[in-house]
Amino acid sequence: MQAIHFIIALPLLAFIVAGLSNRAFGIAFPKLVTTGALFIACALSWSIFIPFLTGGGSESVAPVFTWIESGKLDVSWGLRVDALTAVMLVVITSVSALVHLYSWGYMSEDPDQPRFFAYLSLFTFAMLMLVTADNLLQMFFGWEGVGLASYLLIGFWFKKPSANAAAIKAFVVNRVGDLGFMMGIFGTFLVFGTISIPAILEAAPGMAGSTIGFLGMRIDTMTLLCILLFIGAMGKSAQLGLHTWLPDAMEGPTPVSALIHAATMVTAGVFMVCRLSPMFETSHAAMTFITAIGAATCFFAATVGVVQTDIKRVIAYSTCSQLGYMFFAAGVGMYGAAMFHLFTHAFFKALLFLGAGSVIHAMHHEQDMRYYGGLRKKIPVTYWTMMAGTLAITGVGIPGSLFGFFNIGFAGFHSKDAIIEAAYAAGATPAFWVGVFVALLTSFYSWRLVFLTFHGKPRWAGSEHIQHAVHDAHGHHDHPAEEDAGHEPDPHGATHDEVTDGTGGYHPHESPAVMLIPLLVLTIGAVFAGFVFHSYFIEADGNFWNGSLFFDEHLAHAMHEVPVWVKLSATVAMLIGLLIGWLAYIRNPAFPAKAAETFSVLHTFLLRKWYFDELYNVVFVKPALWIGRVLWKGGDEGTIDRLGPNGLAWAIQRGSGIASRLQSGYVYTYAFVMLIGLTAAITWVITR
Amino acid sequence: MEHFPILSVMLLIPAAAAVACLFAGATAARWIALGATLVDLVLGAVLWASFDIGGAQWQFVEYVPIFGRFAWALGIDGFALLLILLSVFLMPICIGASWKAITTRVPEYMALFLFTEVLMIGTFAAQDLFLFYIFFEAGLIPMYLIIGVWGGANRIYASYKFFLYTLLGSVLMLIAMIYMVMTTGTTSIPELMQTDFPAHVQTWLWLAFFASFAVKMPMWPVHTWLPDAHVQAPTAGSVILAGVLLKLGGYGFLRFSLPMFPEASAQLVWLVFALSAVAVIYTSLVALVQSDMKKLIAYSSVAHMAIVTVGLFAFNQQGIEGAMMVMLGHGLVSGALFLCVGVIYDRLHTREIDRYGGLAINMPRYAVLFLLFTMASVGLPGTSNFVGELLALMGAYQVSTLITLLCTTGIILGAAYMLWLYRRVVFGDQKNADAAAMPDLSLREFWLLAPIAAVVLWMGVYPESFLAPMRQDTVILLERLDRAKPAGDSLRTPGNPAAAPAHEDVAHGEAH
Repeated sequence: MQAIHFIIALPLLAFIVAGLSNRAFGIAFPKLVTTGALFIACALSWSIFIPFLTGGGSESVAPVFTWIESGKLDVSWGLRVDALTAVMLVVITSVSALVHLYSWGYMSEDPDQPRFFAYLSLFTFAMLMLVTADNLLQMFFGWEGVGLASYLLIGFWFKKPSANAAAIKAFVVNRVGDLGFMMGIFGTFLVFGTISIPAILEAAPGMAGSTIGFLGMRIDTMTLLCILLFIGAMGKSAQLGLHTWLPDAMEGPTPVSALIHAATMVTAGVFMVCRLSPMFETSHAAMTFITAIGAATCFFAATVGVVQTDIKRVIAYSTCSQLGYMFFAAGVGMYGAAMFHLFTHAFFKALLFLGAGSVIHAMHHEQDMRYYGGLRKKIPVTYWTMMAGTLAITGVGIPGSLFGFFNIGFAGFHSKDAIIEAAYAAGATPAFWVGVFVALLTSFYSWRLVFLTFHGKPRWAGSEHIQHAVHDAHGHHDHPAEEDAGHEPDPHGATHDEVTDGTGGYHPHESPAVMLIPLLVLTIGAVFAGFVFHSYFIEADGNFWNGSLFFDEHLAHAMHEVPVWVKLSATVAMLIGLLIGWLAYIRNPAFPAKAAETFSVLHTFLLRKWYFDELYNVVFVKPALWIGRVLWKGGDEGTIDRLGPNGLAWAIQRGSGIASRLQSGYVYTYAFVMLIGLTAAITWVITR
Repeated sequence: MEHFPILSVMLLIPAAAAVACLFAGATAARWIALGATLVDLVLGAVLWASFDIGGAQWQFVEYVPIFGRFAWALGIDGFALLLILLSVFLMPICIGASWKAITTRVPEYMALFLFTEVLMIGTFAAQDLFLFYIFFEAGLIPMYLIIGVWGGANRIYASYKFFLYTLLGSVLMLIAMIYMVMTTGTTSIPELMQTDFPAHVQTWLWLAFFASFAVKMPMWPVHTWLPDAHVQAPTAGSVILAGVLLKLGGYGFLRFSLPMFPEASAQLVWLVFALSAVAVIYTSLVALVQSDMKKLIAYSSVAHMAIVTVGLFAFNQQGIEGAMMVMLGHGLVSGALFLCVGVIYDRLHTREIDRYGGLAINMPRYAVLFLLFTMASVGLPGTSNFVGELLALMGAYQVSTLITLLCTTGIILGAAYMLWLYRRVVFGDQKNADAAAMPDLSLREFWLLAPIAAVVLWMGVYPESFLAPMRQDTVILLERLDRAKPAGDSLRTPGNPAAAPAHEDVAHGEAH
């Protein structure tokens, strides 16, 4: 048994124990088991990761047992550890352990806590199986396993129709991606005769330039395989076209959003592309496709995030947008930068989500930022930790290298700027400009969130949740299931409230220590992760990765040689975004409403999320149901049955006039006698 | 074990018990039936344990001439072994499921179930063509009676439809069998599997067999008997129907169509593929709009069985082994899903999905098991159905990418209709007071579902136990098929990178 075995087995065992015991030994037992298991797994993960930093780590594969063997196909369960896996291990177990701890506070009023913690551990297990996979099928196992956990956790409050709808949507939309993944696995097996990842990566360059038949066309082999597999990644990582499930997934409890829909699961697609990077390198067309999808998602999601009013949805679109950054980093060939941003993003985005959870907790499950404001003094720890997260995501830092000094800044400064520089260095000019512009949008929507939530005057009185809380005089605490933003009362409603200071008589409280400790720990990550690790992740010689992903040394060098204006571009964009945010939400708070009115078409377009949901509803959902009904009533009953059995019955009735017998069932008895008689007679004839 | 006629004993025990049931009271009949089926389950385990993997193709062979060329010839290979195991595994569960639900004419009911078991095992074990035919077709009779006597309100129409379809197919098959026996002079199935019929004859014989197997499968468009039969059948009837009787068609393809008529099989692959692809999409869409739980699961069965036919006619190891795994997995999972429906049907006596809701609150244990089977039906990795579907479709991809793409859409549609079903029954608020008052699984019900759950996970995590017995038989079958194997549409032409079209050729990242 090695450490990796324990890392995988602990969350699985915790899931089984917590799931089976449920409330049998009290509510604390399953919480202790799962949280304890995760902290141990986390410590073990760091013990694997640190040797890779110091150069002492080595690649290994720990076999478990055979899974599927059929002809040439030979798949085993196995646990692969290399630098790439080690990065994912620490990200997953660290965030998961902190989220487990945070949930002690956040979910404390929920009677179903054992189930919640069991699901969290199940998720962690599946995610770990995904990142330790040595073959595509085990990766797919983890892939679907995290999908299951995501489905269960989004729909955790299963009485809420919106949560159920979001859960099904997440699963089904992901399945569209899985269709691509599965076809990719089939194609890979056909081409390579194996689905073992090292074997494929080794053989991939030899396949470059060959063509293969697909749906009657002839396509470049590697382009086909890479794009099919990437479609899977698009589903899991919510890329444009298959992104619609992610914002809806915010129906789940906030710790879930932090763990699954920000830090870990949604980055599985990025991980997959990096894991298979030598394979993707063999197809220029597929790489271009990835860059284009990544850049498009990056831009799309940021524009939508700018106008959302639900605090969690802003962060969800932000996640979608940041995933776009990671993909176009991979698309231009700088996988190290993609992984770097994945790593830093995990910390600051989990921080932002958990911070948002703390705000929601303080505001009695109100999620609409229009009813926030002025919370800075009331919940100072949350404010300062979220401030750190915001500084990290917007990429605040000093590009000191321009002055012969070293770069110093928050996490996102190092990782996002690296992506933008890589895009420029690789000659992907459109992606570069998208990256710079989105840096501006990122800065704007992130500061907008902070200003609306923590600054200005309180606007709490308009919120139904707050009114509820005040009227109940804190007599009882609502179940977190109340956490919904379905209602949209008039945002200006606060003005004609009796309480003139806008607080509605409500007193927000800072969250308990179990929630604040994870925030503080993640703050350390958000502040230092970029500065400490950038030399490992995007270092010019790629020593850290040691072949676990494709590292282009020329590109890494070229990144450092980009012109000064390129290096400054992201920082300048960030400052402009901050300035606009400050002007619009602090200096002149009436401005946003006026702007929305002036550009109402654009505003509605963005608010409606570019009408993707409406489009899919008209193009896929409604026709599927309509066709289903037509096939059932018109096809099965109207045609097949009418011409088949019913027609025959009608003919028999007409022909022989034995209608009454048909009704009573005698005809079958007769037919059976006939059948048996026939058999006996023929047998006799043949064999005599 | 050398001379112990274990297969005959496995047939004799339920047959004797069936007779005994007829002379017993209701309670005694239940216990007799349970006892007999459990003994057969133990014998099945012995059969599995003593099956020599990699040994002779036909094992446990028995041969007793009856008259003329007609003989009591039994013997099994890996395929038959696995299907017999499936039958004996589901049978005690069916008896348990009928324990309280059936209150009228219990002895007759139990006798019919035991009789069904005899016929199923007989079908899989028969090595004589006519013995096979008798077992195969007689399987209709008890199922027809079970639906017709203990079925729902519209049982007469359902049993009529069921009967008409299956009879029609079997008449053609009988004619083909007579022809085969007359031309070759043998009724031995192993011998016929080695016989090379002329190509033009093969086509006709193949079509005649196809008529029978396609109905049993059921394939589109001769599937419409299945939803009606399921809806009207009592719970245990549905379990056996979905669990074992639907596998007779697949077994027929494997035992007759493919090895006996390889050329015809290859020639008519397009027909099987086209019907299967239509079935997956057509029946999945129909399942999406059902308001009756049993009908929904019945339609999903048609879609799953289409994956079986696609896999069987892929002419490669992954396809055939995958098809077998889908048959086994579907037998367990759809059987379990029908049991899940039966559990709540017994409480509320309605199959209308809208009459339920919020069961996770008052029936949490039920919700967990139902979720497991829903996920297995959706083909989640780690469950039995995933292994089968993956292999079957992987095999099919090597023959036709288009058909595989169409059939793989089943994973999207399947997720949609199953999760939508689950959401309406188990999630949501408790909107019906009577549904909200239903008690959770009783101990009996729990022990009906738990063994299936265990095997579903076993097959998903370590399917080697089930793949190993059939590996050699697949290889033998493929040797037979090799000469007719169709070329795939995805053959790779090795390209010279320099000769590739310009836009593909440019090394990426010019600015490196």
